[in-house]
Amino acid sequence: MAVLQMQRISICGLKKDRKAILEKIQTLGVMEMSQIAEDEEGFEKMDTVNARQTFEKRAQAADQALAVLDAYVPVKKSLLSSLEGKKLVSSGEIARAADEKQEIIRKANLLITKSKEIAEAKANIQKTENQIEALTPWLTLDVPMNYEGTKKTALFIGTVAAEVTPQMLYDRLAQAEPVPDGTDIQVVYSDKDMLCLTVLCLRKDAETVEEALRSCGFARPSQVITNTPARQKALYEAEIEKLNKGIKEAEDEIRGYADSRKDLELVSDYFRTRAEKYEVLGTLPQSQRTFVMSGYVPRRYVRALSKAIEEKYDCVFDIEDIKEDEEPPTLLSNNSFSSSVEGVLESYGLPHKGEFDPTTIMSFFYVFFFGMMLSDAAYGAIIAIACYVVLKKFPRMGEGMHKSLKMFMFCGVSTMVWGILFGGYFGNVVDIVSEVFFGKAVTVPALWFIPLNDPMRLLVYSLAFGVVHLFVGLGIKGYMELKDGKVLDFFCDVVLWFAFLIGLILMLLPTDIFASIAQTQIVFPPVLNTIAKALAIIGAVGLVLMSGRENKNPVLRIALGAYDIYNITGWLSDVLSYSRLLALGLATGVIASVVNQMGSMFGKGIVGVIGFALVFVVGHTLNLAINLLGAYVHTNRLQFVEFFGKFYEGGGKPFEPFKSDTKYVDIKEEN
Amino acid sequence: MSIWSNLGLVYALLGAAVAVFLAGAGSAIGVGIAGQAAAGVVTEDPSKFAKVLIMQLLPGTQGIYGLLVGFITLSKVGLLGGGAAELDPQTGLLILAACMPIGIVGLISGKYQGMTSAASIGIVAKKPDQFGKAMLFPAMVETYAILALLISILAVNAVQI
Repeated sequence: MAVLQMQRISICGLKKDRKAILEKIQTLGVMEMSQIAEDEEGFEKMDTVNARQTFEKRAQAADQALAVLDAYVPVKKSLLSSLEGKKLVSSGEIARAADEKQEIIRKANLLITKSKEIAEAKANIQKTENQIEALTPWLTLDVPMNYEGTKKTALFIGTVAAEVTPQMLYDRLAQAEPVPDGTDIQVVYSDKDMLCLTVLCLRKDAETVEEALRSCGFARPSQVITNTPARQKALYEAEIEKLNKGIKEAEDEIRGYADSRKDLELVSDYFRTRAEKYEVLGTLPQSQRTFVMSGYVPRRYVRALSKAIEEKYDCVFDIEDIKEDEEPPTLLSNNSFSSSVEGVLESYGLPHKGEFDPTTIMSFFYVFFFGMMLSDAAYGAIIAIACYVVLKKFPRMGEGMHKSLKMFMFCGVSTMVWGILFGGYFGNVVDIVSEVFFGKAVTVPALWFIPLNDPMRLLVYSLAFGVVHLFVGLGIKGYMELKDGKVLDFFCDVVLWFAFLIGLILMLLPTDIFASIAQTQIVFPPVLNTIAKALAIIGAVGLVLMSGRENKNPVLRIALGAYDIYNITGWLSDVLSYSRLLALGLATGVIASVVNQMGSMFGKGIVGVIGFALVFVVGHTLNLAINLLGAYVHTNRLQFVEFFGKFYEGGGKPFEPFKSDTKYVDIKEEN
Repeated sequence: MSIWSNLGLVYALLGAAVAVFLAGAGSAIGVGIAGQAAAGVVTEDPSKFAKVLIMQLLPGTQGIYGLLVGFITLSKVGLLGGGAAELDPQTGLLILAACMPIGIVGLISGKYQGMTSAASIGIVAKKPDQFGKAMLFPAMVETYAILALLISILAVNAVQI
């Protein structure tokens, strides 16, 4: 219902108790740290950076080890497993893991080493395979790759570019001086990039031949290999074999640690929690024997905190109210229904200090408008049931997710109600199915009316709901101004506007324009017409005179007042904006009808039924998805822009208590 | 009877076509622009997929509005249920005019909503917790498509056949 009131709690205790007290506060998780007395003389902060980093490193090691386990021993996860939330463990279990932390971290490091070994081995395999690749062209060569010839002959082994033919080489050799007779060129291998050659010549001609070859771009192989290529390939393959075996062994060893997953999770969270504790410890001002700790605690938890700390330790436990110039963090507290839209409010901004929490009022409008925009009984039922099932099945999901699903569940119910009112069940599926497959059209009557047959009527209602929504917003503004004791502001900014607007609306209702839209002529008694005119005139004159009241200059004051009257256009566009209630509602229904119509085109019979079922499932899934998105976005917009625009600022900072911020498990408190 | 006096139904159908094709083109442009930005974000951080997908879909509604008006028009002139109504050219042109707002506004707002969505995807990339606010900017553009849709629906409905 409201923003929880915060109090500042300061604890001054003995240094020997500081870790115990900090731990207690961490497990309670109700205090947001905000230190005071930081610059006082005699107080110093402890340097905890090293200790913290050690803990963080260990937590990371456990995380990495878990990632290794996930890669080699994947756990089967369903699509919805992300909703499961953290496992609940007893504090005994985490204490046991803490006792065995050395052993578990050793395991974690071992897992990381093994995974590194595997990565290295894989890189080596890749390298060796590349070497085999480079060797492949030479496989038919039956001398070692670095063979240089016999006593009388010289052998050159190497490659030239593919454009160079052996004939060109012979030609080149013929030009050499002296001509190296008896030189033999053998092509070992050729492809479109290169030519692999052996060139045999007399040893006395070796230099001449080498010179000639080099001028043609002849290059020796980059690898120096002392074996024949075939033998070298066999050696490489044996090496790959060995590496593969090593990988397999390492993988098996990793799999052997599959049972340690839980220990690793516990230890990771244990070190994470300790790292956080040391981080806060580093911010506490400490003297030689004492320390001071200060922060914000919601008033309703102060007693519990004082019981847990003050009565157990020798310390001073000081409770103060929030000072004028302090901006405390904001924590909302609402009933089960309204709290489900807190996430929506948070995404706009929490109320700042002293501001009204609009969650409760917003929650009703939110669900109401959402249902109106989607307005199909079957869609609503699907959403409500799906959300309900997921909520029941995964009770431990994250808080934000839980709230959102609950909100969509309520919105689904509202959608169902509006669907029944407007007669929409998967659009017009009942009509189509009965007509196509049973030969007689049956229509489920709408409880209220069918919007497509009478859009003007729904338009008028949409705008009327909008006026109510906006008036409530203006009313809240008035309430806040009254609460702050600004009676003049309340009168000028709220009462005058109400008078002006209500007067205008009452003047509009009996006119012909309205009659042509609403298709009914409204006739007011003359007294009411006079009252309407009087209200509008009083409001307008009042606004002109009073809106610029902060200005001393009378001309400027009147000008500002007149400008404020111009805001009536803003009101007009705000109200028209609610026409989206009609437009989006129609969109759902019409697209659903299109889907049904398309499905019915297959005609009667087995083919018809199968075709219809296919089109039905795909079409309605798409329609539901896109209209759900539309309804969500535009309901948010109506709240944020039109409603909040009238009174709400936001900008409060969320309450972030010092607590065990775990990643894998939640620790169950034992009392 | 000259051919001109038989064109009523053609004009009406042209109206439906204008609504579907202009608004659909607008959405296609918009979703395309936003999709490029979304794909960029997902290469960096695949976990933001769901959020940027929603952002990408926001300019997609204009096409649906166009479809909506097209469908209402078709069912109004009886082209869906078989026996098409006899329309004089004046009525046909009235229906064509009624389909114009959603077609033209859908085309333009679809494109600009796509550009706004792309910018909002930038917000989501850097500050995922500001998703609620980021979603609002494209929704502001859509207001005008909704207003055009409203006028188109009301006008098509108001034409007497």
